[in-house]
Amino acid sequence: MSPLLLADLTVFTLALLVGFEVISKVPATLHTPLMSGANAIHGVVLVGVMLLAATISTPAGYALLAVAAFFGAMNVAGGYVVTDRMLAMFRSRS
Amino acid sequence: MTAFDTVVHLVYLACATAFVAGLHLMNAPATARRGNQVSAAGMGVAILTTVAVLVNNGEINAYAAWALGLGTAAGAVAGLVAARVVRMTAMPQLVSLFNAVGGGAAALIALGEHPATTQAEVTGVLDVLIGAVTFSGSLIASGKLAGRVPGRPLIVPFGRVVSLALIVFAAVMAVLVIGFDGGAPALWGAAVAALIGGVLLTLPIGGADMPVVISLLNAFTGTAVAMAGFVLESTPLIIAGALVGAAGAILTKLMADAMNRPISAIMAGGYGTGDAIAVTAGTGSAPVREITADDAAIQLAYAGRVVIVPGYGLAAAQAQHEAVALAQALTAHGVEVSYAIHPVAGRMPGHMNVLLAEANAPYEQLADLEESNPGFPRTDVVLVIGANDVTNPAARRPGNPVSGMPILDVDKAKSVIVIKRSLGHGYAGIDNELYTDPRTAMLFADAKAGLSALLTGLSAYAR
Repeated sequence: MSPLLLADLTVFTLALLVGFEVISKVPATLHTPLMSGANAIHGVVLVGVMLLAATISTPAGYALLAVAAFFGAMNVAGGYVVTDRMLAMFRSRS
Repeated sequence: MTAFDTVVHLVYLACATAFVAGLHLMNAPATARRGNQVSAAGMGVAILTTVAVLVNNGEINAYAAWALGLGTAAGAVAGLVAARVVRMTAMPQLVSLFNAVGGGAAALIALGEHPATTQAEVTGVLDVLIGAVTFSGSLIASGKLAGRVPGRPLIVPFGRVVSLALIVFAAVMAVLVIGFDGGAPALWGAAVAALIGGVLLTLPIGGADMPVVISLLNAFTGTAVAMAGFVLESTPLIIAGALVGAAGAILTKLMADAMNRPISAIMAGGYGTGDAIAVTAGTGSAPVREITADDAAIQLAYAGRVVIVPGYGLAAAQAQHEAVALAQALTAHGVEVSYAIHPVAGRMPGHMNVLLAEANAPYEQLADLEESNPGFPRTDVVLVIGANDVTNPAARRPGNPVSGMPILDVDKAKSVIVIKRSLGHGYAGIDNELYTDPRTAMLFADAKAGLSALLTGLSAYAR
């Protein structure tokens, strides 16, 4: 195992544990926004697509890149907006 | 490491911190919206930083830049439009769709990267397999939730044999990629097998198991994105992916526990239908008591404490506004009203809460299973709207399909009114003993029509 892989595995494991710790307290009322908000966070895949773009130099690659960028951007933009719309509806007794 | 690289890494770290802080703020309804905004700000900075990286490195060629730019612009517009125009009742399928494209993008990263090192090969195969299963599985789930694919369990002929063959094929492809430098063809082979696998996985699963399935698919996407992070050696992807994986795993476990069914049994599918409207109104021996909307309205008006129990029938009839209007009318009449929400009511975790929030129900009135159950014995009237199995007292006895499932103890209240279209079975396919309880009265109507009739009755009699 390379030192790099070990470092990545460490980050992955600790992030999982942080995730469990932070999210296990979310009340049932917020389960849908939590799922939708988490959905938006995996829109970070768009960053990965952008990094991938630097290595692409074939026509097939460009097509794949465009599709991946479409998917990633849809995930990130739609995910955050729809979560915000949902959370804007959660009101306290006024 | 150059100074530029150092700054980029530190900014990515700040973005990851924003994701964690954002999720933390989602622990309370009052701060949840800010949490999502913090998370979105982190995401915006991460994307802009990556643009700076691309410009600074100058490795991207013009065609790739156009493909990236146009794809991103089109995707962002599509996502924004979908997110703005969707009706709240269509939320489960949209969340599922966004989950699908995230998994698809993660799989495409490994397919485009042509992994070279062993690390990239192993994580690349995992990324492609999990990402592709999630993509097709979430699309089918989204279709089922939207009613474009039948919600009942679809049994594929020889499904298990085909699934087994796909697993063997995918394993061979994985060995080819990792052990024999099989490269792109083997990776694409694995992707095709996983795409078919995702369809076979979701088709046999019935509507009421959807909260578990979409939570699980959410966890899958998180994992796929983390794997893409390993392939690209990109820390933000690893951290964000792991966070989402953890969130999905927690929700999956909560949902499966709330049904008292192991995840393996749910994924095996073929159980119940959930959406069935049985025309036969026969529960066999015991008689049921019917009530008119006017009588039910009077009963509600003279109650001291009313608990509303919503279920999928409320969402299907889009009756959330009528339910909240009734609650408000009762509150104005001096009745103490709250909502008792079972964790798996509806088609996604927290489905009822979102619908009621849309209709302006204050979140303090929304109580979960543990909060609600102690209050039922001192409740005068429980109004069950389109919920079935989660109220069936049979769950307390062993030996039937709902045994051991945590239920709302509505039968402990002084009286119960059930709004339901017929005496049809719920998802578990068994009679609900609540309906034949002497304290229960049935109001046979669609949720929307029934609630409107109650409102009319209330305003006529309870001045």
